[in-house]
Parts: sequence; C-alpha cells; structure tokens
Amino acid sequence: MNWTKKDLLGIRELSKEEILLILDTAESFKDISKREVKKVPTLRGKTVITLFYEPSTRTRVSFEIAAKRLSADTINVSANTSSYVKGETLKDTAKNLESMQPDVIVIRHEMPGAPHMLSKIVNSSVINGGDGAHEHPTQALLDMFTMREKKGRIDGLKIAIIGDIAHSRVARSNIFALKNFDTEIICCGPPTMIPPYLEDLGVRVEYNINKAVKNADVIMMLRIQKERGGVSYIPSINEYSTIYGLKQDHVKKAKNDVIIMHPGPMNRGVEITGEVADGPYSVILDQVENGVAVRMAVLFLLTGSEA
Amino acid sequence: MKILIKKGRVIDPRNGIDEVLDVYVNGGFIEKIDKHIREKDHDVEIIDADGLIVAPGLIDVHVHLREPGYEYKESIKTGTMAAVKGGFTTVVCMANTNPVNDNKSVTEYIMKQSKAEGACRVFPCGAITKGLKGIELAEIGEMFEAGIIAISDDGKSVRNSELLRKALEYTKLFGIPVISHCEDEDLSKGFVHEGKASIISGIDAVPSIAEEIIVKRDMALAEYVGSPIHLTHLSAKGSVDSVREVKKRFKKVTCDTCPHYFTLTDEETLSFDTNTKVNPPLRSKEDVEAIKEGLRNGSIDIIATDHAPHDFTSKDVEFNIATSGISGLETAFSLSLALVHEGVLDLSGLLRKFTEAPAKAFKLPYGELKPGSAADIIIFDPAARWTVDRNAFISKGKNTPFHGRKLRGKNLLTIVGGKIVYREKTP
Repeated sequence: MNWTKKDLLGIRELSKEEILLILDTAESFKDISKREVKKVPTLRGKTVITLFYEPSTRTRVSFEIAAKRLSADTINVSANTSSYVKGETLKDTAKNLESMQPDVIVIRHEMPGAPHMLSKIVNSSVINGGDGAHEHPTQALLDMFTMREKKGRIDGLKIAIIGDIAHSRVARSNIFALKNFDTEIICCGPPTMIPPYLEDLGVRVEYNINKAVKNADVIMMLRIQKERGGVSYIPSINEYSTIYGLKQDHVKKAKNDVIIMHPGPMNRGVEITGEVADGPYSVILDQVENGVAVRMAVLFLLTGSEA
Repeated sequence: MKILIKKGRVIDPRNGIDEVLDVYVNGGFIEKIDKHIREKDHDVEIIDADGLIVAPGLIDVHVHLREPGYEYKESIKTGTMAAVKGGFTTVVCMANTNPVNDNKSVTEYIMKQSKAEGACRVFPCGAITKGLKGIELAEIGEMFEAGIIAISDDGKSVRNSELLRKALEYTKLFGIPVISHCEDEDLSKGFVHEGKASIISGIDAVPSIAEEIIVKRDMALAEYVGSPIHLTHLSAKGSVDSVREVKKRFKKVTCDTCPHYFTLTDEETLSFDTNTKVNPPLRSKEDVEAIKEGLRNGSIDIIATDHAPHDFTSKDVEFNIATSGISGLETAFSLSLALVHEGVLDLSGLLRKFTEAPAKAFKLPYGELKPGSAADIIIFDPAARWTVDRNAFISKGKNTPFHGRKLRGKNLLTIVGGKIVYREKTP
C-alpha cells in the first residue's frame, strides 16, 4: 500500500495496514544506523523543524538524528528559546515557520490537540511528537517495532501497561495501536491513575500488579507524570514504589521470555528497579535505537520521498 | 404603529391557543385576536402569515451581553439584535461583566443602555456576591430597585454553602429567584466531559458528578430556606433525575438547559474544535437522551441559550486555553425545533419552554398573546430549511459549533412592543 496522509497526528487515525507499512519501512532503515557512514540522500533538500513546547531529550534528538541520517536539514525550536515566551500564539508561530517553507514540522506540546490545530494552519506535514496526555504516535510505533522484533509477532501478545495511565500519552497511543491487532492489554496502576471508562477502549483494568504481570509477554512501565500533577494522585512516591514499582519478583511471574519496556525517562527505584531496568529482559535501550528507524520511516513516508 | 397579522397559526401555550387566527397590534399592545379581523385603518401594516406560526416572543433567561467591559465580544446593541433575529423579545443578562453587575450603578447602566440601544427587552441578573468572588453578598436590594430580576454568580457556583443560604434567605425580601451555576470547583479541573471521549483525547475532564452534587446541594438549601431557585444550563442525567425527585415535594425549583446539551455529545470534542468547548461540557449520549426526556416529561422547564459570544482570538488557540461558550441566540430556537421534528415535544410544548415557563419562573409579564398584553410576537416557519453561517451572525460572537449545519425551522419576523425589530430578508 502507499502512504496517503499529509500528517501523523495520532495512532487512532491509522489503519492496521498503515501501521504495518511504517513498521516495514522502518525495518529497511534500521541498517543505515549501523553503517560506518550513517547517511543516505533520501531527504536531501528537505527541511524538518522540531518545535518543542515541552522538555524532551530522546524524542527531539531521535527525530533530529532520523532526519539528518536521511540528509534533511533540521532546525530545533524550543519553547523557552522561542517567541512563545514573549506571548506569541501557537498559530502565529506556526504561520511564521510556515512562511520559511519547511517540509515537516514535528511538534511537542503540553496541550492535547495542538498538533491538530497546527496541521490546519500549515501546509507542511505535521508529526505529533507528543501532545499532553493525548497521543505519542511515534513512541507507540517504536514500541510495536520493538515488540515485533523481539517477539517475532504482535498478534497473540499479552501486554501489561503499568503506571500513571491517566496522564500517559504513551499508554493511549499504544492501546490505540495494539487494538488493531489480536492482543490482550491489561492496564494496571493505582485506581486514581486509572481513568473511568478506560475499559471502553477494549482493555482490562487490574489494580494488582502481581495479577497484571502474570503470564505477560510484554511489561510496559510508565513514568509518573509529575508535570501533569501525577504525584497528587498518590499518597507518596515511596508508597507508589512499594506497591507499583516493577521488581524482579514481578518479572518472574511473567512469561519466561518477557520483555520489559519503558518509554523513558525512567525514575529508577520508583516505577522500576535498577536491577530490572538493566536486567536481561529489558529492551529499553532497544526502544531508543528503534526510535530512530521508525522516525526515519515516518519522515520518509510523509515527505513522499522515493528510496 | 398598527400591525395586522393575517391567517397565521397562532400558538400560545399560556392561553391554550392553537388555531388559525388574525392578530391585531395597536400602540405596542395586542388589541385583538380573532378569526377574521378586518383592516379598519389605512396605516396598518398587513402581514400575511398564511402557513406560518405566530407565537409569543421568546424569553431567554440566560445570555451574556458582555457590556459593560467586554464590548469587543458583544454589546447590548449587537446582542439584542442577535436576540431578535433568533426570535427572542426578552433576555436576562448575566452579571459577569466588567465591572461586575454587583451594584446599582452597573445595573442602572445596563438598564439605560438597553433602553437606548437594545432591540429587545433586557432584564439584568445581578451578582450574588461582590465581584463574583463568593465571599460577601452583593448589594442585592439596591440592584433590585434598579431593575434586576434575579441573582446569580453564573460562571461560578457559590462555594460557601452558608453564603448561598444567606442569599436565598435575603432574596425573600424581593421575591426574586437565585440562579444557580451548578459546578463543584474541586471536581471541575478540566475542559471536557469525563467519558470515553476524554479517555481518547487525553483532555483533562470534568465528571457529571461535579454538576450533580451542586444541583443536590443547592436544591436542598433552597428547600430548607423555602426560597425559589433556578438551576441553569443543566447538562447531566443525574441532575435531571434529582430535579424530578425534588420537584415532587418542593415546587420552587425550576431549571433550564441549552440547545447544545440536547444536540451535541462529547464526541464532538474529539475534533479539538474549540467551538465545542462549553461549561458545563458537552456530555455523553446517555446524558443527551436524559436531557431530552427531562424536557419531554417536564423536569426541565425552560430552554435558554447561555449565549456566550467571544472574540475570534479567544477561540483560535489550543483547546485547553480557549474560552468556553457558544454564540447561541441565532441558532437556539431552530436547533430546538428539532425536538418537535423528532417528536420529543409538540410545537406548543416547545414554545412553552421559551415563553410561558420562563415568564412564570422570573415573574415577567411577557410570553403570551392575549388582548392587552405587550405585542411581543414572532412569526416563524417551522419547515424552512437553512444552513448555519456564522459569518452571517449579527452577534459579534461567531463562535458556534453549528457552522455549516443544516437546520429546519426559522424565525422570520420579530415584533417587540408593537414594533417590527427584525424581518428576514428574502433572497
């Protein structure tokens, strides 16, 4: 199939075929990062702007590396160094950037829907690099890529997503993505972090972490979203860590070949022990590596480039 | 000015009229309603209403005219012009102006400005508390003397129950109702309804219980004190259920809802269109059905607009920081006619929500057609098909989620005090 969309605003808008197209395309790009000369001319002459209203290390760098490896020119705009601090609206910022003719704008914003607003203003392709608690589509895609790579399949997997579900765009995008496949999804966390009606998305809710991880193929840990008030949803970080922190005992309850995932940044000793994060089942750094390939694929498909 | 409206189907719920009649207007009042009225004078404007509905002018108990202070969003002049276009001949304007209508000077200004520039009758609603801050009572008596007909901190619930009790007690002196904005602030730290749509969008959400809990509290206080209370812009099933229960024993409770709460669901917010951002938020399908049922079975007395005009830039931002509200005066009645087309209400029942019921709840001498009553009249075509075009709004507020929506039924002519103040231009 061919890619037809102008933007990548969320996973929910994608069909199973479109998800697989991105994953398959990413396969072909992964090798580039392992070459001595990590660069192909595919996006030569294209301009990619990363417009980040929220702090980010891995997503911004990952997009920038992905674009550079495809020979695109990249420009990073951060909110604290942009006219945003002078009171410029997103719309005006977008119009100004658009007048400089970028091909792609990657936006991260603390408010849900900001990428959707941007996409209506600019002709450039817009990629949602995370909008509030709404979506983080490339994270979900790289997570699926990693699952498929490590497990050889997505269909049939039992996936436990554990942590601050209410505030997690990673959880949402993964749920939207994984529901396209024959998967069993268990969402687990303190009741205050499990929003009402979550089961309407076709997932099972489990408050007990021991039950959630039992026989899981994938355990996906989430960070407490302190910037979205996550800490006020629990009595203390210490109590959270005691009840919901992923420990070696939990891993033993899962399948023998379980993989442990985390979108980062990790709070070691809070949602995951260092022992588990660095242990043999952890694929956390593989996720980061695969993120580059997936983002190369997305940039490639959105710009309509030919390999 | 003399007007003779010929052969219209006259519907007046208050006086039990529903038949083809002529209506003769003279000197600001209705002089005669009869089967065949002969024109006696040469200076009579004759309006052929054959095939159309002639009804009392509509009363909107909840509008924001934004003046004084926010004239860039709306003025008394533009707001009332929008009102008469939509079929409203009387509006009750809320107190969250700048300065707040919490003293007689502001009330007097609104009254004066309305008389000078208003296209329809305007009755101010005073604030319950000074500055809408919920700390101390506003000068209710002085505002009453100046012309307010109710009090409300609309936009905010009075958080302090003791203070609300005092307001309910104090208004006994003047016989005016307290209008309650039902929203528990602590449960309302969001921008959309808490439901499946908010799970998908990730927008911070407000549960129905935030409204329902204050509905129960405010009715309990009003019943305890024995004062009339009007609950405005109800949106949730639980609220309607509570009102129905309390009304069985306490008769001083009235309530309203708005067209968007029986027309749209929270799924609309998945578009991130800031025009769908309202307070209370658009609710679930189940809530929408409950609101319709509440209108049908009489639990909900009144349809109001909560006309909340905003300037373009207030809405042309990210969803979370956009202002709440719909510019509703020019679409409300047509949207509500869908209730008739769907069989929820008959025409008389619908008109009662816009005329008899608000007049009764707020003790207004309008909303009926009988000899001697004020000539506040509308003529509308319930079958006319049209498409909402926000650019054609008279209101300065173009903020509507209904832009482009095809509607059935339209107001064609509005008479206030015997004068034609709006006439639909035919193409």
